[in-house]
Amino acid sequence: MALRIWASSTANALRLSSATGPHFSPLSRSFSSVLDGLKYANSHEWVKHEGHVATIGITHHAQDHLGEVVFVELPEAGGSVTKDTSFGAVESVKATSDINSPISGEIVEVNSKLSSTPGLINSSPYEHGWMIKVKPSNPKELEHLMGAKQYTKFCEEEDAAH
Amino acid sequence: MATRQVARAGLPLMNIVRMKGVPILQQLEVEECLLRTSSENWCIINDGTDKPNIVMGISGKPAELVEISPVLEDKIPVIRRFTGGGTVIVDHGTIFVSFICNKDDVADVQPYPRPIMSWSSLLYSQVFQGVTNFRLRENDYVFGHRKFGGNAQSITKNRWIHHTSFLWDYEARNMSYLRLPKRAPEYRLARDHLDFICPMKDYLSRSEFITRTIDAAESHFSVESTEFEAVKPPSNMKFTPTSRLLTNQELEAAGNTSI
Repeated sequence: MALRIWASSTANALRLSSATGPHFSPLSRSFSSVLDGLKYANSHEWVKHEGHVATIGITHHAQDHLGEVVFVELPEAGGSVTKDTSFGAVESVKATSDINSPISGEIVEVNSKLSSTPGLINSSPYEHGWMIKVKPSNPKELEHLMGAKQYTKFCEEEDAAH
Repeated sequence: MATRQVARAGLPLMNIVRMKGVPILQQLEVEECLLRTSSENWCIINDGTDKPNIVMGISGKPAELVEISPVLEDKIPVIRRFTGGGTVIVDHGTIFVSFICNKDDVADVQPYPRPIMSWSSLLYSQVFQGVTNFRLRENDYVFGHRKFGGNAQSITKNRWIHHTSFLWDYEARNMSYLRLPKRAPEYRLARDHLDFICPMKDYLSRSEFITRTIDAAESHFSVESTEFEAVKPPSNMKFTPTSRLLTNQELEAAGNTSI
């Protein structure tokens, strides 16, 4: 598997992230776009659980495979999400692709910047490209998600199979 | 996980639905319903739609893509569809082909836009083999440097649709309803629409194209014919399609928007 090269904007975003919040570090040389400390779904969304709120977005792997994101469709705050069910979509390269929630809960905040700057999902998938913040209704669902090492292996196996 | 239906020679089953003249909005509603609620593979072929319609992608803005005044004056319907991609004007000269697949039944194709597009181009390379210089160029099907087929997709967790509108023939005057989009393929080179597109009728008859497409599908799937009436969503089905007709009020508001 070829080494993934950090986009400079993503690297800068991570340095900013570690200065302002919990420290996240690249995990491995072969998949340095996976962050330790997050949880991951097999549909390539990530979850950052801090206190009573979980932030959700799509991974570097997903944005890389999707291509340039030109449009994002997100729900409104106050609605709810259900584990493994679509809550929105991104448009890239003539395709709409569902975004699936890794957990269930109430949407407490939506990233309004994505309507004017959908490319944040490509340039900063783990920070400025976050999509929704959710109050988890069943925190145990987080236990069934992958950790960074497991997700890295999952991505490698998925890419190798095609 | 969808149940895999396997028939001839271990190939996954695909239902072929052939239609003629079905309204494009109805076709889109059926396709989205099959994508979201069915666990089977489908190939929908609509040989021409009943009347001219403008069809935009999910993020399409009419003010940018459509000549609002003539569209309103001539009462041309404008639809926003559930898939991504650009804007087309379709009519009786358009042939629609849509593939709705379980990702596990096309297992060598990653469920992302570019691999699916590449898979489709290989299938259509079979269709046009020996006919002329067909290729996928950026995200369009072209003969040489002229586009004759536009593509769009929608990808869910376990399934995807790749659908194409083929310009078997078209009326030049209808193209004047469309504006040059902001996001145009590089190979278009700012050409006027009529210099950018070409009709398929110069190369294949309608029936031959459809036959060749089904033959190409048979190299990937075990195909069975299904009647259109059998795939129409029942009235009691709890599914709301997202493709919709824009209202005159929406178009007028777009026409008043300064770009």
